[in-house]
Amino acid sequence: MAFWIASSPHNHIQNKTSALMRLVIYATLPGIFAQWYFFGWGNLVHISLAIISALVAEFFILSLREKKIPEQIFDGSAILTAILLGISLPALAPWWISILGAAFAIIIVKQLYGGLGHNPFNPAMAGYVMLLISFPVQMTSWQPPLQLLAIDLTFFDTLSVIFTSFTTDGYSMEQIKTHIDGYTMATPLDTVKTNLTLGLTIAESMDSTVIGENFGIGWEWINAGFLAGGLFLIFKKAIDWVTPFSFLFSLFVFSFIAFTFSPDSNASTMFHWFNGACMLGAFFILTDPVSGATSTKGRMIFGALAALLVFLIRKYGGYPEAMAFAVLLCNMSAPLIDQYTRPRTYGHKKEQNAEDNTNA
Amino acid sequence: MTNGAEYKELAWQGLWKNNPGLVQLLGLCPLLAVTTTITNALGLGIATLFVLICSNATVSLVRQWVPKEVRIPIFVLIIASFVTCVQLLMNAYTFVLYQSLGIFLPLIVTNCAIIGRAEAYASKNPVKQATFDGLMMGLGFLLVLFVLGAVREALGQGTLFDGAHLLMGEWARSLRIELYSVDSQFLLAVLPPGAFIAMGLFIAFKNAVDEKIKKSAPKKDAEAIERVRVNFDAS
Repeated sequence: MAFWIASSPHNHIQNKTSALMRLVIYATLPGIFAQWYFFGWGNLVHISLAIISALVAEFFILSLREKKIPEQIFDGSAILTAILLGISLPALAPWWISILGAAFAIIIVKQLYGGLGHNPFNPAMAGYVMLLISFPVQMTSWQPPLQLLAIDLTFFDTLSVIFTSFTTDGYSMEQIKTHIDGYTMATPLDTVKTNLTLGLTIAESMDSTVIGENFGIGWEWINAGFLAGGLFLIFKKAIDWVTPFSFLFSLFVFSFIAFTFSPDSNASTMFHWFNGACMLGAFFILTDPVSGATSTKGRMIFGALAALLVFLIRKYGGYPEAMAFAVLLCNMSAPLIDQYTRPRTYGHKKEQNAEDNTNA
Repeated sequence: MTNGAEYKELAWQGLWKNNPGLVQLLGLCPLLAVTTTITNALGLGIATLFVLICSNATVSLVRQWVPKEVRIPIFVLIIASFVTCVQLLMNAYTFVLYQSLGIFLPLIVTNCAIIGRAEAYASKNPVKQATFDGLMMGLGFLLVLFVLGAVREALGQGTLFDGAHLLMGEWARSLRIELYSVDSQFLLAVLPPGAFIAMGLFIAFKNAVDEKIKKSAPKKDAEAIERVRVNFDAS
């Protein structure tokens, strides 16, 4: 005799993938708006390029795999991947960067592993890392915030830089990055890192023009935007609060310990929170339901591990920002974390469960 | 089995069906590490081919006198002596290539494709077949190296046969083809992860081709018992 096992009949909420993805896309809007306000049109151009490229790549590979094209191509996952990638790119990177990155993310990282729900790595971050190690020059030429630029950067200038690498008036990327005083500006994280190697203290670095009054002109607001979007997602129950909380709390603890030991060589905790891709990573990348840990305990470890990696790479690594690398390394360890944090099944004792684990 | 068919089968096995690179996945370490350009790939591929032929022939020659218990050390000894020959030859005649191949040239000794063939085929078969097997397996390996090197070189720096004169002499300078010129290299193709990704795609491509061949092959109908139709009216 066989029992037909169906899901509970009283469950009527049918969350479709596309609805969830749309919600997450809406939640990125405050951060994208802050990016647009402080850094100009560059990221919006890259987001559009990435979306087009991702959809074309998705169409191509779905037709190769003989899947249902209209359903899967517009489920929003490819678009979300493209948006996350477009957000993370330097605003004035050349056009082929976003096209190549999105195509790689969709074809290699997502679809070759079996499509949505089967990819072990976060596609957007894997695409970003591929770009970062392949094209270090283009991927590290970050544009300073608009208010510090000596050159007026209009929408057409931005387009022109992205497609021809010169503005309409003929300025190059190097000239855009140059401050009115004649020195090249970098991102706050990069500035702090370089200054530390030059023997300057954190307090001295904080006087740098790109950092402004708080933690970095523009960057603090972008992170605040993603924080707001993330809280909205938690409020809507689209993501679990454990991973972001664990990540941010652990990052706070690690940087706080370092800061109390040696305030001259370690940036403050808030500096870590509101710079780079911290909030974007915490709420939009680490919470990826496919490539992250699944149980509550597992998510705590997952977030803490990501925080440790972010802190260590930011402090000692070769790159100023670490979010993408940390995410990929955590994705890799997620199955192992899941294996050791399997929750107790109802009706089973703890010991029995542990025994099952060793036998498995 | 007639002699011709046997050689044909050996060639088919070495070049496609049981290709050491794509199917047996042997010798991946040099395969992935040195295939950044066609020249490097060819250099290592030819060296491996040479060692494989010689070691297969020698192993097959001495197969009657090698005790089973110590066969592996003896195979390794034979292979190592041929690798030393190749290494000294390349050191003498293609010095720059010798330097760019670096440690991977002496590491041919540990290439499992070679010892695999010695163990699986050469130690059980006569000299002629064993030598031919070595040639075909070596060619199969060389082919994979060549294609991988070509793809990585084309993607990574936009050229083909860059530095071919290091392997083939001054005339080969004219072989160099510049497909497109880039300001920045596509580093992924040059770095090891690119080799893994390209290799994976090749294996997928080979499997797809095999699948296609299998599908398009004429299906053998199950033998049905046919009744003889007897036409009574015709009598």
